[in-house]
Amino acid sequence: MISEADLTALFITLKLAALTTLILLIIGTPLAWWLARSRWRYKFLLEALVALPLVLPPTVLGFYLLIALGPNGPIGQMMQALGGQPLAFTFTGLVIGSIIYSMPFVVQPLQTAFTAIGQRPLEVAASLRASPLDRFFSVVVPLARPGFLTAAVLGFAHTLGEFGVVLMIGGNIPGVTQVLSISIYNHVEGLEYSNAHWLSGGLLLISFIMLLMVYGLNRRFSLLR
Amino acid sequence: MSIEARFEINKGDFSLNVEFTIPEQGITAIMGPSGCGKTTLLRTIAGLERCKNGFLKVGETTWQDENVFVPTHKRSLGYVFQEASLFEHLNVKGNLQYGLKRLKGLKQDVSLEHAVELLGIEHLLSRHVEQLSGGEKQRVAIARALVLSPEILLMDEPLAALDSARKQEIMPYLESINTQLRIPVLYVSHAVAEVARLAEHIVLIENGRIRARGETAEMLARLDLPFARDDDAAVYIEARVVSNDEPFALSEIAFPGGQLTIAASHLSVGQDVRVRIAARDVSLTLTHQHGTSILNIFPVVVEEIGEREGAQFTVRLRANGTSILSRITRKSANILGLKVGSTLFAQLKSVALCS
Repeated sequence: MISEADLTALFITLKLAALTTLILLIIGTPLAWWLARSRWRYKFLLEALVALPLVLPPTVLGFYLLIALGPNGPIGQMMQALGGQPLAFTFTGLVIGSIIYSMPFVVQPLQTAFTAIGQRPLEVAASLRASPLDRFFSVVVPLARPGFLTAAVLGFAHTLGEFGVVLMIGGNIPGVTQVLSISIYNHVEGLEYSNAHWLSGGLLLISFIMLLMVYGLNRRFSLLR
Repeated sequence: MSIEARFEINKGDFSLNVEFTIPEQGITAIMGPSGCGKTTLLRTIAGLERCKNGFLKVGETTWQDENVFVPTHKRSLGYVFQEASLFEHLNVKGNLQYGLKRLKGLKQDVSLEHAVELLGIEHLLSRHVEQLSGGEKQRVAIARALVLSPEILLMDEPLAALDSARKQEIMPYLESINTQLRIPVLYVSHAVAEVARLAEHIVLIENGRIRARGETAEMLARLDLPFARDDDAAVYIEARVVSNDEPFALSEIAFPGGQLTIAASHLSVGQDVRVRIAARDVSLTLTHQHGTSILNIFPVVVEEIGEREGAQFTVRLRANGTSILSRITRKSANILGLKVGSTLFAQLKSVALCS
């Protein structure tokens, strides 16, 4: 059955995934917009950087983050200079790691959706007296709705299943940084297969339901239009 | 309210260097070969395209000069694109209201109801954009621009993407906008027939420069411009129906240069009509022919002779104040001894009724 510790891990996982998705939507939207619109020559550098977590082994990403966020790393030093704590082995550190790790899953669907809209609807909106910000919210957001949904669900689901990065920078501190995938690993290591079954089955179900939502809703959007 | 514009754009091989004023109302057609800068000009007026050395004043408001650049969304204009470009996430009414909601207390002379009625789209209001035909979409797009009561309406080949039946469907609406609303309209087009019907003025652009401008009838009959030199050259004449010859399904119409017989069975006496006389349907004879199947024969004076190039060239004739064009071969011109001032007889093989 599911233990108290497993419930805590589930709660931490959901909190991590929700917070990461929210922050990624906030910073990923302008970034994706810029990537979709900009005609800067070296734009591809940034595109490659955003896509890097897709190919990089999570442990490699986690290792560098551990160094950067730890007490001797640049970000850790900066935090200490500001009177804070180094971020390695903290929940905040996990959030930072997850943001980088899941970035391409949010930015790429958004960028694709923004590119597909093209210039014309924005020009029409401008000719109809809509200011740039107004154009974004009244034209781009509704037209890119399927893109936003895909981005949010992929970002959330991808963070749910995170393992390597979390293990490297979060460690395995129950109640602080122990997430579901690590709990499953621990159960298997301890030969507690029944607990591992419950958690794995639960995660499988959640992931499948979320993807069903994406495809189902995207189908409805396209029928509505 | 007049419009004054001066633009200079240089982008690689492309350059646009124009200066013009536009009358305060009526449709001014901007014509020219593709790639000449017609669309760029329209986009620059709308502020969708930036031009460093530009000046644009609409009525009392300066939209652009060395110090000022009013962004598109603050310009009082309506823009109709070649493709209707309706917002797909809104229905027809939502599209019409989009701009209206953003007018925020600015003057609105054209009510939503009026625009809807002008374009005949009452029955479409609750429809989804995807359920509309091409012609209906474009009518909604035009109404959407009109409800803003713009100080200038910019139309970029609004009919070019439509088949000829849809064109015929929209044309009357464009005519009624022109007669009912006092808005200056800039109408980019390459279709002479469309422009001849709609526009009072033509600005002809070639290689980014204004080649010529003037009243439509006069421009179409100018032998130094491509319109009259084209194989499809034609003049459009306003006339009035004077009598019907019902047994033969013919009508007599009068124009300042004389009378014409046209094939038409549905006209009523006193009605104003426009007819198109194609230059290649006008032949010339030294004497009035008898015993011919041609009904329309009248005396004309040679007013101007076009450049004699190739096998055929165009001659402009004057029939009592009305210009018509004739496309003849160089050989025929020699046989006739054609000179400016010669009196001849024009024979019209056919006269087409427009509108």
